Amino acid sequence: MVLRQIRRQRYMMNFETVIGLEIHAQLKTRTKIFCGCALSFGDPPNSHTCPVCLGMPGVLPVLNKKVVEYAIKMGLATNSQINRFNQFARKNYFYPDLPKGYQTSQFDLPIVEHGSVEIDVDGSKKTIGITRMHMEEDAGKLIHDEREPLSYVDLNRTGTPLLEIVSEPDLRSPQEAYAYLKKIHAILRYLDICDGNMQEGSFRCDANISLRPVGQEEFGIRTELKNMNSFRNVQNALEYEVRRQRDLLLDGETIIQETLLWNPDSNRTESMRGKEDAHDYRYFPCPDLVPVEIDEAWIDAIRKTLPELPDERKNRFIEEYNLPEYDAVILTGSRELADYFETAARLCANAKKVSNWIMTELLRELKGEDISGCKVAPEQLGELIAMVEKGTISGKIAKTVFIDMMATGKDPAVIVKEKNLVQVSDEGELQAMVEEIVAANPDQAEQFRQGKTKVMGFFVGQLMKKTKGKANPKMANELFVRTLTE
Amino acid sequence: MQPYTLTIAESLDHLQKKELTSKDLVESCLQRINKTETKLHSFISVFEEKAMRRAEEEDNKRQQGQSGSLSGIPISIKDLLCAKDTATTCGSKMLENFISPYNATVVEKLENEGAVIIGKVAMDEFAMGSTSETCAFGVPDNPWKEGYITGGSSGGSASSVAGGQCLASLGSDTGGSVRQPASLCGVVGLKPTYGRVSRYGLVAFASSLDQVGPLTRDVRDCALMMNCIAGYDEKDSTSVKIDKGDFRQSLEAGVKGLKIGVPREYFGEGLNEDVEKIVRNGVAILEDAGAEVMDVSMPHTEYCVAAYYLIAPAEASSNLARYDGVVYGYRDGTADSLMDMYKQTRSQGFGDEVKRRILIGTYALSSGYYDAYYKKASQVRTIILNDYKKVFEQCDAIISPVAPTAAWKRGESADDPLALYLSDIFSLSANLAGVPGLSVPGGFTADGLPVGIQLQGPHFREDILLKLAYNIEKSTNLANVLPEIQQ
Ligand SMILES: [Zn+2]
Repeated sequence: MVLRQIRRQRYMMNFETVIGLEIHAQLKTRTKIFCGCALSFGDPPNSHTCPVCLGMPGVLPVLNKKVVEYAIKMGLATNSQINRFNQFARKNYFYPDLPKGYQTSQFDLPIVEHGSVEIDVDGSKKTIGITRMHMEEDAGKLIHDEREPLSYVDLNRTGTPLLEIVSEPDLRSPQEAYAYLKKIHAILRYLDICDGNMQEGSFRCDANISLRPVGQEEFGIRTELKNMNSFRNVQNALEYEVRRQRDLLLDGETIIQETLLWNPDSNRTESMRGKEDAHDYRYFPCPDLVPVEIDEAWIDAIRKTLPELPDERKNRFIEEYNLPEYDAVILTGSRELADYFETAARLCANAKKVSNWIMTELLRELKGEDISGCKVAPEQLGELIAMVEKGTISGKIAKTVFIDMMATGKDPAVIVKEKNLVQVSDEGELQAMVEEIVAANPDQAEQFRQGKTKVMGFFVGQLMKKTKGKANPKMANELFVRTLTE
Repeated sequence: MQPYTLTIAESLDHLQKKELTSKDLVESCLQRINKTETKLHSFISVFEEKAMRRAEEEDNKRQQGQSGSLSGIPISIKDLLCAKDTATTCGSKMLENFISPYNATVVEKLENEGAVIIGKVAMDEFAMGSTSETCAFGVPDNPWKEGYITGGSSGGSASSVAGGQCLASLGSDTGGSVRQPASLCGVVGLKPTYGRVSRYGLVAFASSLDQVGPLTRDVRDCALMMNCIAGYDEKDSTSVKIDKGDFRQSLEAGVKGLKIGVPREYFGEGLNEDVEKIVRNGVAILEDAGAEVMDVSMPHTEYCVAAYYLIAPAEASSNLARYDGVVYGYRDGTADSLMDMYKQTRSQGFGDEVKRRILIGTYALSSGYYDAYYKKASQVRTIILNDYKKVFEQCDAIISPVAPTAAWKRGESADDPLALYLSDIFSLSANLAGVPGLSVPGGFTADGLPVGIQLQGPHFREDILLKLAYNIEKSTNLANVLPEIQQ
């Protein structure tokens, strides 16, 4: 037992994790990929359908040009090759959420190939390859009756455009996978082509993961992880799967190549075995759609519309606001957060202070919620920080005001006024109280005069008590020193 | 004069001169249907009331000077063209109760020009066949000889036009399905260039080969129908933006100086003597009229059948996957699992020929076989297209038989699907290459069965085919010749 433990630990050091991600991003077009139905979420079942997306006999698809435009955007934003000639193919399989019996996708001629993004994990940078991106249609949804053995089919989602983004197996840890996923998410959001909502399924991720002894070139047997509907789940599932595979390998067992579902309740991956046959999708070029041909002029026009992307913005934040790289990476990690920072920073001179506030107070109080739902507008945060800078309130008071703001959404000036929190900086007013306190505490005053400067804390504390924390702390210090040494 | 015996052009003339009303014309066809349908079995559904109502509407419009180019003309459509709120069965039990919620583009175009859709006609199940015998709702009979096939798959289209039940019909042609029944029933049938006519609302058999085409009593009517149905459609990405002009324009221009190729590969073993004689006569007619006739070669013709019977079933296997019993169509209600529901629905809903082709197609696309079958067939397709390109550098059109024989007795080919596939040999290549092909009546066999002559031309040159066919028709005097149908 002991021996085995030791052996395990020895080997443990020597496995390398290999992860590749397949991301499905729903594109935020107005209409579906092959028909005129509007995209919807949460509307009554089958209320956004037409003969085309219902797969009625005789209908034909017409490609939504916006989908191509968005795919090109994403390709350009990831330094990818845009294939001037690409083609749709049919992926054939039977399932009730797939009314045509095939998914119109791309196979051997995808629109985007050979791209990359840079990720940053614990301060070290790494380039992750993107194998390909292709356009395809989403399937519908099955709703299973809980009382009767019945399933209902909702085809509202059928035909929602998807961009599938396939990474190279370049990721070497769950942390890297997480950073890569965040990066792709940020780029999609910066481009404003995807909602990026993992809970609602507009941004989905499957992972392929295997382990191999360090130094071995050949990949180990991989498993495919599905059903990870949050960033946290992706990392947890991958971490779990690393441990599971490592334990199996250490016990001399072989990994079964299979699809596993992440169960966020039990924090385990579970086998789908039995539910899935070996699929032969019988891909072939879709004869109903002509090949997509993209000319240089179109690509150039799209390139001109590209917004500032996360990496560019990060570099600008470092230069323009003098932020440390660490701050800049976090702030630019989402477009909304970066926008928030810039709006707040515009209202107060000290950008680093704004960054500190966002990274500590704001992100802590958001408790993982999205910044878009934050009650405190960036202008209000900027105003609050400016009040501290001007000495209107103390930094300490500001933190309690901020918690109030998060709860009520009120302006900081209103809260400060309502609660009478304006810092007391009136010298005369403070001097009177200082003299009073010194007079009332002769022992401590004597100690100070004899060089025990530590008691200063006691005196300032007394003054804060008297002013309910509103005394200007810098002034308080000065006044006590002057009074005690006179 | 019985109105149903008129051509479209003649009818329009009479209507214009107020010698005839649409109501008379449609009524005459409906009566003819009543009289002959027990023998011909052309129709799967007849829209008596609606057709009479439409005829009246067209008569009113004509009085107000607002009539379209096919105003009041009774036309049948193959039962795989969707017409809103009517059954579209595709000749299959699978779609017996399917009501289309929308109109095919060609149906919309017909109605916009005032045509009266009189009913929907029989066909091989999902257009898979050359005899119309795989239709689940009655098999049409050849108007020229009782108990003989009409050809297929647009057999009901051909018998309804030849039998005087309507003035024209729309069929579809994936490997000869308009031209071959036109030939076997003695009417004009045109498969337009791929992309010339919208496929939107045409229930797909093999999407890269399917094309809607007219069957008519003479060549001028064919041109009239083409004027109506041709043209780019934004709902069909494979339709082509190209000027269609007026297909009637060149009919009378004469054929002097046109070069006509006679591909020697089309006149080999297995070609019926009478058929060959009739086609050779067609060649002579064109030569007499001033065309230059030349011997040409299409060296890869023999590979057409093999390539076609991989590509078409492969596409069909995917196109017919939607008939799974979930959203519409036949469903076996006894199954107790999803997999069984699929299996039983498809086993019971499809006929044997459809299942045979789905199996062939599934096999041809399967991993490990794709390269040897589907991919190889696609490469052969390119080679066949090159045969056409080369031959059209030498000549303006080619002339050949449509099929190796005239119509045969019903039931004769039932046990030998391979022999039946081989009988498509002369018509498949036009679909593989996407070029237009036309069948014009050329004469009769010793048994009194009609035989058509096939003309094929370069992409989007239907005008050449129509002009040649018009000349043959003038010479043979076979325009609008209707058979006697024994009551
Ligand atoms: Zn739709």
